[in-house]
Amino acid sequence: MTALEWYVTAGKIGLVIGLLMTVAPIMNWVERRGAAIIQNRVGPNRIGPFGIFQAIPDAIKFLFKEDSIPGHVNGFYYFIAPIIVLIPACMTFAVIPFGDPITIMGQTFKMQTADLNVGFLYIFAMASLGVYGLIIGGWASNNKFALLGSMRSSSQMISYELSLGLSVIGLVMVFSTVELGPMVQKQADVMWQLGPIAIPRWGIFIQPLGCLIFVIASFAEANRLPFDLPEGEPEIVGFHVEYGSMKFATFMMGEYMNMAVASGLIATLYFGGYQMLPGMGTLLDSLQLSPAAYMWSKLALQNISLAFKVGLFMWLFVWVRWTVPRFRYDQLMDLGWKMLFPLALLNVFITAVMIYLGWV
Amino acid sequence: MEINPAFFYIFAGLAIAFSLLVVIKKSAIASAFNLVCVFFSFAGIYAMMDAHLIAAIQIIVYAGAVMVLFLFVIMLLNADNAAFDMHPIGRGKRLVSASFVVVMAGMFIWVFKNTTYLGPISNFSNANVEAAGGNTQVLSELMFSEYILPFELTSVLLLAAIIGTIAIAKRKKPAALLNGGSAAKGGNAQ
Amino acid sequence: MLVKGKKTLFQDFYFFETLTGMIITLKEFFFGTKVTISYPEERRQYSERLRGQHYIKATNGVENCTACMLCPTVCPSECIHIEAGERQDKEKYPKTFEIDILRCCFCGMCEEACPKDAIKLSTIMEMSTSYRPIYDRAFLSEQRGNK
Repeated sequence: MTALEWYVTAGKIGLVIGLLMTVAPIMNWVERRGAAIIQNRVGPNRIGPFGIFQAIPDAIKFLFKEDSIPGHVNGFYYFIAPIIVLIPACMTFAVIPFGDPITIMGQTFKMQTADLNVGFLYIFAMASLGVYGLIIGGWASNNKFALLGSMRSSSQMISYELSLGLSVIGLVMVFSTVELGPMVQKQADVMWQLGPIAIPRWGIFIQPLGCLIFVIASFAEANRLPFDLPEGEPEIVGFHVEYGSMKFATFMMGEYMNMAVASGLIATLYFGGYQMLPGMGTLLDSLQLSPAAYMWSKLALQNISLAFKVGLFMWLFVWVRWTVPRFRYDQLMDLGWKMLFPLALLNVFITAVMIYLGWV
Repeated sequence: MEINPAFFYIFAGLAIAFSLLVVIKKSAIASAFNLVCVFFSFAGIYAMMDAHLIAAIQIIVYAGAVMVLFLFVIMLLNADNAAFDMHPIGRGKRLVSASFVVVMAGMFIWVFKNTTYLGPISNFSNANVEAAGGNTQVLSELMFSEYILPFELTSVLLLAAIIGTIAIAKRKKPAALLNGGSAAKGGNAQ
Repeated sequence: MLVKGKKTLFQDFYFFETLTGMIITLKEFFFGTKVTISYPEERRQYSERLRGQHYIKATNGVENCTACMLCPTVCPSECIHIEAGERQDKEKYPKTFEIDILRCCFCGMCEEACPKDAIKLSTIMEMSTSYRPIYDRAFLSEQRGNK
């Protein structure tokens, strides 16, 4: 690899990890403030404009709290569990593309940290690892309630992984690729032309049912309400009862990162990924820039579009959290196995029939 | 793609170290966690050989599903406490085991010394696979066209296993009913 | 409690119900009026009859209290302690007048029982301290209300 390639790769890794790390404090504020506004309260408003820097004193508090380790835990695994939650969440974002390939000094770079030809299989591989943090955390706590909590949450995650995987199969059948880059590029095509409005071939328009299942399953995978049995702060004992201070905060950070990854996936698979928002393409063409400036401004607009879409879905996570109550455990399993799983199979079947008939 | 030897040795070394830990650790759960790390090291080696699909499947199937089930079973049966009684083994057994180890090691060395690199099978060279759209596509096309029968037969086998499991798990109920139901009730009351 | 009721198919599907709920929360997000306030900066208007921190009313710089012991007698939580003494002008007066504010239940019986209009409950309600306060005579003699 040349020096330039090293720089670009390091830059991309830095960008992705940096963004994911900043997501947690920002979303923390969005969540608290959003919850407050939805519940007709004021919310945190002391630090910074609208309380936007609320996360800073929170972080300071978490860092300087006494990090007490209960005597009965299994030291090594107790220590490593929060880290294990964090790592897959960081790694998953690697395959999400955030722009068209760009050319610097005659070399083409893909705007994607890792271009793997297994595409989203990598994402499922990483998602299936998120379970380990929960299991290890619950087991190492050496507390029967924590162990039960970890069992509950890991069975939830395993159950919903099935629906999550199956719901994307339809999309793979339509686009006949598993790689996320080509998948996003194919979503730029026009499906229908209704006068001046062009409906693109976004995943949501081709696979509405698959999209719905994917969104619901990713809520469960990210352990967010209405499926937040792993945490269930007020009522049920979760896997992290024995955790405190920064270790607990790390679990929460992992949750927010999972949320960001899930939003990124929903945007990439079903909402055109980095494809520009309506109007942006016209704006870009009307500026009549030089090729280099055109490339960079296009990249910027694409990044903004992806960020906007991801932000929208992050808000959806928050919005749903403060709307619906939690599912009971049996309801959760019923929904996963008796509702989403058959629906996902049905979706695969319908897609196959439609492809056979040549409709999509 | 050429494997960078440094990375290969790192992953291979990790695999060996964690495999040893699997055997040495006394707690069944710790062994299981170490086994997950072994799978990871393997996945790393596969990924460096450009076999991304195999690496991903290694993680999805083994690390993500099989080992989670293992852990569940270990935790539910509480096998961790009942773990291995480390009573010393007799001299005869030791001798037999040691001789087996030597024979195995000899076999490995012989195999590695005497086999030559066969090269890519038929026309599946790296360049050809890349041209046909990456190994995920090539592999899945083969799996769903030429090898569809074995693939489907495997899934039927798995289905049979699932049905068998359910049948075994469900058997308890009729037995309780055979005793007139009152026995089951009495059992609950106690 | 598990409520089992007849649900329509539409409700049973849950998804549309969730959407309806989300529209409601979105409405609250944009058009909801705040029910809470930023407390120390903004304050609510409380009734003039609010029973808050005690004080002993004084006329021309002399407290009205004659240590008649009616308020400790009537006090249900027995938090008032008075020791009587004699003033220069041969008037009975409270040498010590202590209220254990942690025991006080702010019922206002002392105020009602007082024949001399001496003990009063002001409208001050921010009384939190970092120590266990017993209000003594000097503290109570500060005029902090206009009742």
